[in-house]
Amino acid sequence: MAQGIRDKVAILGMGCSKFGERWDCGPDDLMVEAYIEAMSDAGIEPSQLDAAWFSTHVDEMGTGKGGTPMSIALRLPNIAVTRVENFCASGSEAFRGAVYAVASGAADIAIALGVEKLKDTGYGGLPVANPGTLTPQVMPNGSAPGNFAQLASAYRAKHGVSKDDLKRAIAHVSVKSHANGAKNAKAHLRKPITVDQVLNAPMIAEPLGLFDCCGVSDGAACAIVTTPEIAKAMGKKNLTMVKAIQLSVSNGYESQYNGWDGSYFHTARIAAGKAYREAGIERPREQISMMEVHDCFSITELVTMEDLFISPEGQGWRDVLDGFYDADGGVPCQIDGGLKCFGHPIGASGLRMLYEMYLQLQGRAGERQLSDPVFGMTHNLGGAPASNVCSVAIIGQEGA
Amino acid sequence: MVGIAAWGAYAPRLRLSRKAVVEANAWVAPNLKSKGKGERSMANWDEDALTMAVEAARDALGAGDDRSHIDALYFASTTAPFADRLNAGVVSAALTLEKSITASDVTGSQRCGLTALADALAAVSGGAAKTALVAAGERRKARAVSALELDCGDGAAAFVVTAEGGAADFLGRGSVTDDFVDHFRGNDGGFDYSWEERWIRDEGIVKLVPPAIRRALEAAGVPATDVAHFCFPSTFSGMAATLAKTLGIPAEAVRDNLAAVLGEAGSAHGPLMLAHALEQAKAGEIIVVAQFGQGAEALVFRATGAADAKPARGVTGALADRQEETNYLKFLMFNGLVDWDKGMRAEKDNKTALTTLYRNEDMILGLVGGRCRETGVVQFPRTRISVAPNNPAVDTQEPYRFAERKASVLSYSADYLTFSMAPPNHYGMIVFEGGGRIMMDITDVSPGDVDTGLPVKMVFRIKDIDEKRGFTRYFWKAAPDRSAASAQTAVAAE
Repeated sequence: MAQGIRDKVAILGMGCSKFGERWDCGPDDLMVEAYIEAMSDAGIEPSQLDAAWFSTHVDEMGTGKGGTPMSIALRLPNIAVTRVENFCASGSEAFRGAVYAVASGAADIAIALGVEKLKDTGYGGLPVANPGTLTPQVMPNGSAPGNFAQLASAYRAKHGVSKDDLKRAIAHVSVKSHANGAKNAKAHLRKPITVDQVLNAPMIAEPLGLFDCCGVSDGAACAIVTTPEIAKAMGKKNLTMVKAIQLSVSNGYESQYNGWDGSYFHTARIAAGKAYREAGIERPREQISMMEVHDCFSITELVTMEDLFISPEGQGWRDVLDGFYDADGGVPCQIDGGLKCFGHPIGASGLRMLYEMYLQLQGRAGERQLSDPVFGMTHNLGGAPASNVCSVAIIGQEGA
Repeated sequence: MVGIAAWGAYAPRLRLSRKAVVEANAWVAPNLKSKGKGERSMANWDEDALTMAVEAARDALGAGDDRSHIDALYFASTTAPFADRLNAGVVSAALTLEKSITASDVTGSQRCGLTALADALAAVSGGAAKTALVAAGERRKARAVSALELDCGDGAAAFVVTAEGGAADFLGRGSVTDDFVDHFRGNDGGFDYSWEERWIRDEGIVKLVPPAIRRALEAAGVPATDVAHFCFPSTFSGMAATLAKTLGIPAEAVRDNLAAVLGEAGSAHGPLMLAHALEQAKAGEIIVVAQFGQGAEALVFRATGAADAKPARGVTGALADRQEETNYLKFLMFNGLVDWDKGMRAEKDNKTALTTLYRNEDMILGLVGGRCRETGVVQFPRTRISVAPNNPAVDTQEPYRFAERKASVLSYSADYLTFSMAPPNHYGMIVFEGGGRIMMDITDVSPGDVDTGLPVKMVFRIKDIDEKRGFTRYFWKAAPDRSAASAQTAVAAE
């Protein structure tokens, strides 16, 4: 295996806009909001930026292709801006690009910024995407909840879990995230909810009801990275280090070959295994202090607990019901509210996850602060269960 | 001798209760109340003349037929989706027939289903074709609150015609062509405009049909008194009996026109009644089938009673596979008769890239994937590099047909968010016996019908309709294989 990037790059600063229905903001305003916070946190001038990575997914909303939307919005000093797009994992990809640039020595300081302006469609849910020319002739006219909901039927069949038990377990996933999101001033959805509310909500895509689906939000998030040496030279202490970033991409095995049973994410298991090796983590259930996973839908979070090797296979739903992933549980998950409540501006989400892990590791998470976290993990997924990209990143304390 | 080697039939699963229709319309059309008996077949939103004809043809050919022996195809309908695109070409592609076949659309009159069959018999008799496939389908068009919407139904029938026959020997044909306009429908997408019934009956049917039948019987050398099955579709009560009496055909030979259980399926109805007769006729019995329309077409057959020619479903099986529909509004919406609020998600452009369609013709219309010659791994779609995880062989794929394979549901959802003509939109990962899987739409289901493990079969359906440009897009969907499901239950019970 390659040497990897463990401890080669430090996070110099981060920023995140308020997520939500930002009726008064366009994508430029959201970018500026996250950028100013990150630059102020890093304590640098624009002239110190060597290269930029820019992530946005939904072309239909017109944020713009290429690197110019970010460069123009932030008036960057004509540096390289690479636009990346990898479905809902685009934000993690921007981060990976910036980290790799610093780790390679090509840049001293690099910036990653993700943004999505979704609430200009006139309807709820994600914008209807342009599917190209072949896909609409063969693929179902589906939706994100309809694709992810399929995990539930396959999981039930594989592990012999009843419809009611699984529905209660995924309800707990959402109740927990709402409880966490209520403590986050930047979160989109800030009202605690009850299990009964989840169970009785309108059906979106069987078995997912309204509260099983994450918020569709506007927002932006930003990270500035550099080498630990430069960070220290700038007087930074208590560095938050990048321990691992891995990405695994489907190659058609799940969707075209009769091997995958539909109940889990093939790519997540590969990316998690590689990330643990890169970070030197051998017992994730004990060593991971906290995590932000891609809870686009409650069922996604539930099966992900197994794909990240935190819960034993087939037991994730029991851990969820036991409160293992609650704020006071063994591995607190979605401590900032997650996609569910912080919100899901697609191109920003991976960076938003890192933002919370960074705040926690820096001891700056306020009311949500966990005690002495060492490793924070992010899991950022794009696509659908049968065909996706999965990014797993681990950041942690210097020396851990 | 030249005749019918096999036949098949199709009726959509939904059966609209006529009582529900007349009750919904009683306030505006109390005169229709007397028609509130029985049920009519009702195409799902994703079915049309073409998809139903394909299903009837599949029934006629059977799952095991490789179809390479078909060298002529006739598609008959007055409700074909395209005025200028060979509809038979779509049928051919769906059935993966050879590119070298002759193919034609036969249309323009209610009798065109029988004309197509007659033309096929003539082609085989004359040596122009060896094995001809005839498929007639009709999705009737009728205005809301009309007598026609109560009288008619949707359906299809298909026949395989060969020089050897096997199921029925062809004995004779008689035709009358006369521009008697009982009704017409312009080429503008409108509805039927009909003249007075008494005139149609007395000046039209009574005068124009008997000469055609007499000529056919004469050609067959069969006296009318020998006819055991007389098939004549008409929505006028007692019409077939009146003709039988005029012609000297025994009254007991007059066959049920399926009005109570199916309704009249236009140009497919004569073929459907013939298919039904073939299912019940004993060896040696004479069958006469005739249909009216700017004159008439009449054909005479002698049944062989050969049991091995019977289709898996036929008319009998199609009639048995039914689900009552009492929602008249749903019928109106499926037929485009209500301008309803489909929501913003329905605003997506359904333009079809014709280049993409043609490049992937066997994949999209024929549900043909690939099989690796080296590893035997089966996949959909066919690709240059095999999906086999441990052996991504290059350029080893040969075409592999999925349409007739047994399959089941691996995962699914019932989606209320996405736009669907029949929400919730069911779709899921379908896995095939023998390998391969496809994420596809699941049709002919209601909430609660689907779960992991459900046996399904492939059905050829409308994928989308591009209303802006008038293009209908087709693909395959999964539908519950209710015969397999009941067999599974029976095994479990043992």
